[in-house]
Amino acid sequence: MTGALVIFFALAALAVVGSISLIVQREPIHSALSLIVVMVALAGLYLLMGAEFVAAVQIIVYGGAIMVLFVFVIMLLNAGEEERTNFSKLATFAGIPLALAVTGFIAAAIAHSSASLPAPEPSGALTSTKTLSMLLFSDFVYPFELTSFLILVAILGAIVLAQREN
Amino acid sequence: MSLLTQYAFLIVPIVKVAVLVLIVLTVDAYLTWIERKVVAHIQSRWGPHRVGPHGLLQPLADGVKFIFKEDPLPANVDKVAYFLAPFLALMLALTSLAVIPFGPDIAVLGHRLTFSIADVNISLLVLFSITALAVYGVALAGWASNNKYSLLGGLRSSAQMISYELALTLSVVGVLLVAGSFSLREIIEHQANGHLGLLGWNIFGFTKDGVGFTQIIGFFCFYIAAIAETNRVPFDLPEAESELVAGFHTEYASMKFAMFFIAEYTSMITISCLATILFFGGWLSPFPASWTFTHYVPSLLLIPLGLWVIFDGMRYETIFGRIVLPGVGTVLAAIGAGLIVFPVVNDAIQGVFWFLAKVFTFLFIYVWMRGTLPRFRYDQLMSFGWKFLLPVSIANVVLTSAVVLWRMH
Repeated sequence: MTGALVIFFALAALAVVGSISLIVQREPIHSALSLIVVMVALAGLYLLMGAEFVAAVQIIVYGGAIMVLFVFVIMLLNAGEEERTNFSKLATFAGIPLALAVTGFIAAAIAHSSASLPAPEPSGALTSTKTLSMLLFSDFVYPFELTSFLILVAILGAIVLAQREN
Repeated sequence: MSLLTQYAFLIVPIVKVAVLVLIVLTVDAYLTWIERKVVAHIQSRWGPHRVGPHGLLQPLADGVKFIFKEDPLPANVDKVAYFLAPFLALMLALTSLAVIPFGPDIAVLGHRLTFSIADVNISLLVLFSITALAVYGVALAGWASNNKYSLLGGLRSSAQMISYELALTLSVVGVLLVAGSFSLREIIEHQANGHLGLLGWNIFGFTKDGVGFTQIIGFFCFYIAAIAETNRVPFDLPEAESELVAGFHTEYASMKFAMFFIAEYTSMITISCLATILFFGGWLSPFPASWTFTHYVPSLLLIPLGLWVIFDGMRYETIFGRIVLPGVGTVLAAIGAGLIVFPVVNDAIQGVFWFLAKVFTFLFIYVWMRGTLPRFRYDQLMSFGWKFLLPVSIANVVLTSAVVLWRMH
């Protein structure tokens, strides 16, 4: 149990540090790299909860495919360093209070629900991929198909946008 | 002793990792020798033959050269990414070998010994997730070098890897559907087919009742996409030397260049292992299990090879060669003879022997293609990947699913 907890905190710290670095970095590629670190740390957390398939897919899809596309676009546009601007007034008067409020709500929600919700056991027992696919294609078949449809629409939209230039 | 057994779960993998890395690095080094020799002979040249007999010490000389070469840092590079890229490339290439099972389990002194470092039941997915990250080594190197040729190489590489990764992943789905598992070990065991031998492999796909569905379409898609993923000829556009100097690694010298080189050859080995496991039965012998006399095949190959090396060494022009080559030949022949004398050892190495034989066949095909095929043009590469390879792999998935469904009923 303690071993799992140590790994959890290490991965969580990695994810938090990666997220902060993502915002703070000025070079877009460095931000993208930080995001990859966050994705991989999240995959580690999924693995810790026994969701091996989700962990692998997290790295393949987010760490691999999507982030490669990000990096590719940044490289293609050869985006230079970001320029820092002063805090806008909107950020000072609306942004910071809102951010604090959201953080407070989330913290409160977590503090209240931890007792009632059964937390996933980081026991190391792995959910088989078969069980997951059975669930996906029986109980959750409508959300699954709807998501597929959404992705199809997005693909069609991308093709339409790309075609317009020719 | 008790301490040793207590921490065996930690010590055994570490020893395995050390042995595997040593073996892989040596194979990488000699793969460059094989490549140079084979390509040279294809082009009617001799290839390396000055350093050691038949140039056999050339990899060693290259290694020494890489270590002692000056390592200049180009101006205005992005230091973090510039240093990270070669490490990332090499680390991911070596990590991907961890899930490959090189042979069936054997019993040594009462202990079970597995021929893989990590035996996870989603090993194929783990392998793909590592391959998915491998593109960053090349892309970052191209971007960080602050050189337009490097950047173009990195861009080409990212575009190529995004395009061919889809076909690579989809071409494997057929095998997964037939085997019903993500575990490389289980995929191999599913191809075991006592009386059929090589006909049971996924490339032929015969099951025990004699009917089957071949994955040959899947194999062709997989192999083409895999060559593109490893940036090898005819898909070596990221480092097309006639257009881009050396592509993404133009600005790298010394050990950092060597790391990209080792990473490339290691991923060639990984892909060859994967092709062997998924389509050619992994460690399974191509002969029916009842033909026990085929267990002498390793000896039958090693002894004549050893004798030939002895014979060749005796008439070699340098004294050094006249000593070293017969020595190597004697060792090879002795191993071959030893396998006949100790049938227990012989039975134990059968799986590993067939696995390595198949892997080396694939590695040879890599080199053969490099010596034969011209490079793709960029637009040809893209349209081939998206308009031919991807639809064909999807068709293979649909076809295989239909056959699997039909056989269920």
